[in-house]
Amino acid sequence: MIEKNTDTLSMGFFTTKVNDIVGWARKYSIFQYPFITACCGMEYMSVACSHYDIDRFGAGFPRFSPRQSDVLFVVGTISHKIAPVLKRIYEQMTEPKWVVAFGVCTCTGGFYDNYATVQGIDTIIPVDIYIPGCPPRPENVLDGLMKLQEKIQHSKQAI
Amino acid sequence: MILEKIKEKFGEAVLETHSFRGDDTAIIVKEKIVEAAKFLKEDPELDFNVLIDLTAVDCLKLDKPHRFEVVYHFFSVAKKHRVRLKVPLTEEDPVVDTLTGLWPIANWFEREAWDMFGVKFQGHPNLQRILMYDEFQGHPLRKDYPVSKRQPLVGPQN
Repeated sequence: MIEKNTDTLSMGFFTTKVNDIVGWARKYSIFQYPFITACCGMEYMSVACSHYDIDRFGAGFPRFSPRQSDVLFVVGTISHKIAPVLKRIYEQMTEPKWVVAFGVCTCTGGFYDNYATVQGIDTIIPVDIYIPGCPPRPENVLDGLMKLQEKIQHSKQAI
Repeated sequence: MILEKIKEKFGEAVLETHSFRGDDTAIIVKEKIVEAAKFLKEDPELDFNVLIDLTAVDCLKLDKPHRFEVVYHFFSVAKKHRVRLKVPLTEEDPVVDTLTGLWPIANWFEREAWDMFGVKFQGHPNLQRILMYDEFQGHPLRKDYPVSKRQPLVGPQN
C-alpha cells in the first residue's frame, strides 16, 4: 500500500518536472522572426548585435521563415496595407508560438492616430508581451524578453 | 526675372504672381499648365530641368473661390534658381493635364496627388493609387475626410 502511494507521487513529480524542463528548454531556444517595418528596427539591431547581445538569452538566431520560428517580433508601425501580410505570417508559424509587440506603434498605434495605421496589432493577432517606448531602449527590450521567458517557463507546455 | 518672363509669355493666363522672401510663385490657369511647364523647361534662360515636387492643397477651409490647388516646384541645376507654379481647380471639375510627357517623375507625383486628394490628371498613363490600397474608399487628405474614419483590411471595423 505504501509502495503504491510512493509510485503515484513519483509519477506526479515526474510530469511536473517534464513541464518545467520543456519550458526551460523552450525559453532558452527562441527562434525569432523579426517583422521589421520602421525605425524601431534600429533598436532591434542594437539589441541583436554584440553590445546588448540577445544571444545571451538564447534568442540570437533570427529565422527569416515563419515556419521555422516561434517568437514573432513585430517591430515598427503596422499600416492597414501591411496588416493582412502580418496576419498571414502569424498563421504560417507553427505552435507553440508567441508574439512580441515591439515599440509603442505596435502596442497602440502610438501617435499615428490616423487613417493609415493599425491601432495596436492586438486588433489583428494575439500578443504575449508589449514593449512600449518610441523606440524602447535595448535594456527595455531585454526586460521584455525576460518577461516572455518567464511566461514561456510558467505556461503549460503542449508536447 | 523668372516671373516677368512667365507673365510676358502667358499674359492673361497668369492670374497672380508673388515673391514672398524670394520665393517666386505664379498662379496660372489649368489650360496653360503643360505649355507653361514646357516653356520653363525649354527656354535657355530659365532652363528648369528638375521637377522637384508636385502636390495638391485642399482649400476647403481657406476661404478661397476654388477647392484645390495643384502645386508644382521647379529647379534649375545649371542656373540654381527655383519657381513655383500653382493651378487652382474647382470641386466640380478637379482635372488638370498631366506633365508625364515632360518629366517622367510626374507619373508617381500625380498618382500620389490622385490618391491623397482625388485630383485627376488627364492623359496620365496609369492613374492608380500609389500609397493606399485599392480597397480604400475616398481620398484621405481631403479636408472633408473624417479624422477618425478607418478602413482596415483585417481586424475590427469601426
